[in-house]
Amino acid sequence: MDRRTFVKGTAVIAGVSSLPRVSFGQAAPAKIGVVGPKTGPLAGGAAVTHFPNFKLWAKEINDRGGLKLKGGQRKIELIEYDDRTQPGECIKAVERLATVDKADFIMAPYATGFNLAAAPIFDKYKYPQVAQAAVTDKMDELTKKYSGLFFVQGSTSAYATTAINVLKKLKDEGKIGNKVAVVNVADTFGIELANAGRPLFKTAGFDIVYDTSYPLGTQDLAPVIKAAKAANPDAFVAWSYPPDTFGLAEQAKIEGLNVKAYYSAVATAFPAFKAKFGAAAENVLGAGGVKDTPELRKFYKDLKDATNVDGDYWGNPVYYSMLQMIEQAIVDVGSFDLPAITKQLKAKTYKTLIGDMDVRTQKLTWLWTVGQWQGDLFHGVAGVGVSGAKPVQLKTGWA
Amino acid sequence: MQPGAAVMDILIIGLLLGGTYALMAMGLQLQYGVARIMNLANGEILVAAAFGTFWFFTATKVSPFVSLIGIVPLAFALNWAVYRVLILPLVRRAKNQGQLDVDSILATFGISFIFIGILLHVFGGDYLSYSYLARPYVIFGENYGLNRIAAFLGSAAICIGLYVWLHRTRAGLTLRAVAVNPSAAGLVSIDVERVSALAFALGGAVTAAGGTLLSMFLTFDASLGVLFTLKALVIVIMGGVSEIRGAIIASFILGLAETAVAILVDPGLTLAAAYVLFLAILLLRPEGLFGRRV
Amino acid sequence: MSVGDTSGTAAPPARPSEMATTHARHSSGLSANEKRNLAVCAVIFAMVATLPMMSDGYWLSIGVSIAMYTVLATSWMLFSGPTNYISLGTAAFFGIGMYVVAGGIDVLPYPALVLLAGIAGAVFAAIVGLATLRIAGVYFVIFTLGMAELIRQIVSWGQAKMGSQAGLYVLTGMSDAALYWLLLSLAALVFLVGWWIGRSRLGFALRIIGNDEVVAVHSGINTARAKVILFVISSAFASVTGAFVAPRYSYVEPTIAFSPFISFQVVIMALLGGVHRLWGPLVGVIPFTLLWELINASFPRQTTLLLGVAFLLIVYLIPHGVVGLVEDLLRQRNLALGRLVEMMRGRKNDNG
Repeated sequence: MDRRTFVKGTAVIAGVSSLPRVSFGQAAPAKIGVVGPKTGPLAGGAAVTHFPNFKLWAKEINDRGGLKLKGGQRKIELIEYDDRTQPGECIKAVERLATVDKADFIMAPYATGFNLAAAPIFDKYKYPQVAQAAVTDKMDELTKKYSGLFFVQGSTSAYATTAINVLKKLKDEGKIGNKVAVVNVADTFGIELANAGRPLFKTAGFDIVYDTSYPLGTQDLAPVIKAAKAANPDAFVAWSYPPDTFGLAEQAKIEGLNVKAYYSAVATAFPAFKAKFGAAAENVLGAGGVKDTPELRKFYKDLKDATNVDGDYWGNPVYYSMLQMIEQAIVDVGSFDLPAITKQLKAKTYKTLIGDMDVRTQKLTWLWTVGQWQGDLFHGVAGVGVSGAKPVQLKTGWA
Repeated sequence: MQPGAAVMDILIIGLLLGGTYALMAMGLQLQYGVARIMNLANGEILVAAAFGTFWFFTATKVSPFVSLIGIVPLAFALNWAVYRVLILPLVRRAKNQGQLDVDSILATFGISFIFIGILLHVFGGDYLSYSYLARPYVIFGENYGLNRIAAFLGSAAICIGLYVWLHRTRAGLTLRAVAVNPSAAGLVSIDVERVSALAFALGGAVTAAGGTLLSMFLTFDASLGVLFTLKALVIVIMGGVSEIRGAIIASFILGLAETAVAILVDPGLTLAAAYVLFLAILLLRPEGLFGRRV
Repeated sequence: MSVGDTSGTAAPPARPSEMATTHARHSSGLSANEKRNLAVCAVIFAMVATLPMMSDGYWLSIGVSIAMYTVLATSWMLFSGPTNYISLGTAAFFGIGMYVVAGGIDVLPYPALVLLAGIAGAVFAAIVGLATLRIAGVYFVIFTLGMAELIRQIVSWGQAKMGSQAGLYVLTGMSDAALYWLLLSLAALVFLVGWWIGRSRLGFALRIIGNDEVVAVHSGINTARAKVILFVISSAFASVTGAFVAPRYSYVEPTIAFSPFISFQVVIMALLGGVHRLWGPLVGVIPFTLLWELINASFPRQTTLLLGVAFLLIVYLIPHGVVGLVEDLLRQRNLALGRLVEMMRGRKNDNG
């Protein structure tokens, strides 16, 4: 490439996406920005939990003829950018959506660090940021700082607390003993959960008989599971991430770690988990969980049809419900008046797939946080402010 | 745990892990040690093979070992083509090894992106994982994963096969000659370009076989390749680039050391210990375990 | 600076006039040419500094990216360019800087943390530099990679053990414009340091090391000291960059702070530009960032694939980096000019 084409090329950067992409004669589609990791360490999770929801949502709206707004119906056009799991790229992509693409609305990026990195930009351009994949204990501080920042995925301590309460209940009912083995992946969410959990286990009357971390990317978890088993625990808790969530369960099965309660955090709710372990996945506890309804079953089917992705039983329905909430707020306002949408989000309770959503305090007031594989579904067994939890079943081996 | 049992565990788990590492590293050793290409796209070949095996196994339910029949020759051909078409021009224009290192870092970095792009396109970005031989196998009263043992046996077969081939055949001899000194090899009428292409393709095939075997117990996604590349680079350098023996022994040293640390000290420090060991070995032997002073 | 001092005695810090002995470049004052270049650079710097006034959005975020990688790649090149030692350790120092800020943000004022980050990076670099003196070539490359991974492992293990949230959140609310100016000033400093090194005995010594380390040793150059000093300077800049960028990321994670991608990207941008001119990395960083943006924006669904293709094309079509390309173009222009002048002369002669 010589320099001249290059200069020309860079000029095109600014121009290319501002070109109208539809024929004239109908209202131009609303441009909705989506940013997330298509490559890099977080891409595996985002491919299931993040990107497909937007695609299904946009398809459904467009099939209906578009969003009913003041000036008539407007279809939706998604503009997707890969942040390559780098905060700098994520910031750049959001800036681009806001200033160059002039997106009518921008969806929150994927994962806590990225939501926080992008928060000042959402704030600067008055876009509300409804963070679906952010789990943090700094919610109060952050929502005070950014009036347009919403959290719908709960706090770190909520996940730790509810998981430990599930075990405590089993212990108090005399179903399991008080010995628990706890392991965690030495990366942010795992570290945060482990640190939040340690004192909670103590106050709940548990004896932590084994407590260790292991590095992200550990290839063989046999020593971890062997040592956990040697400590002879009644319950096993892993504050884990996707690749090792699979690795731990496989090793537990091989090692015969036959605890009555087995919990692993992130990705236990993935259909890939069930697909890999089949019947052995039965009664495994994990982060997330859903309430079984016909609508929910239809959602998973629609998602599969539209995107060829099997949704997870944690983030996907929450994501989709959040999109329904945003959609209603936009329609209520009747345009993409961003401050008005932010205000509207805080104005009422929204009916969604997973139930009534209320983010008046910039935080979702309820949430499934612990689920359990029972049959073909990862049922919610505990949460914050939820009702209709399935009773927790004891795990009976890995057959 | 009894001390005796701990030692047994360290030995067996460590050897199994060492076999895993050898699968990641042997291919890169051939590519860098013989063909002198620091191939940053090596891990993507491994992931591609794992994906291919996943696809084959979930579609047919036939043993992943069978998929080797297709994957290995395919990887060989692909890597041969990559070398002839993309790498060879760089080799020809490079004035010295430093220049070639720079060019191959840049080019294979680009190739790795192309591979990732294709993998994303074909398989999506999701985690892919299946269960095969995820059963305990009892050795001295302790359980070990049968899939890991199977992969270890596969790894051992490849190690021994490569070693014997390199040391007992004429073709192997030419590879070793090029590894030791390409210009001298050229003087004794060895077609260095051909041998390098062969080594590069063979390296790719070995890496792909590794991917197939590892897919029996590891979970993959399209972006994971870089992790395998980095690990392989560390192992190859630790062993000293010019000999396959170095990479194999370094793999087992790392496997045993990581397992010992996990069992005796803290599983949180396994990788830290591996890197300490790697750095220490380079500090003591700046050309790796089996490297020669140039 | 006694690096490269053939007498071997520790000379006191020399004034420029005392350094004008061994090498033509060590002239006592600035030549007219140098003065002009400096003035041009100052003007360019001032112009570039107005970017936040023109755009406080997208282009500024690109500006921040470019400024950040300019600092990282240029400071990387200060060490790796003249010595030919390719370091993949940038992420280690960048991450150290980030974690110094993340760990201390509730305790110390931010500027103190930036200073501390620089010192921490320098001290660590000195240790690594001294330890790796015997290691060369590809072994050095992967050694630095392993070192960065080791630091990441130790930091994440420490975080898991410490049992608090310390070192996760950096919520300061620094604006992109402020960050841009900070990075730009740092870039200016890197260039000044690089320029000064080029004129000093240190730079002279390094060039000899790069050409032939054995010759350097035989001509009495303290190669060890020269290499370590350069490595320390180069690494301290990376740590300060990490400290600057930490507030922008808000949430500091080991995987992000010590991402091997940072190290690779820095090396690749610098190599694309060219490492034998001070401005080499800069002309790598700018087109690289813009090209990346162009592809990302125009083909959001095929970004990765096309990036790879673009990359290969660059490697094949620009064999000597952007520097080589620019110098070729300049040479051709000069040649053409020369020919033009000759033609004119010829015509004059014909006329005369």
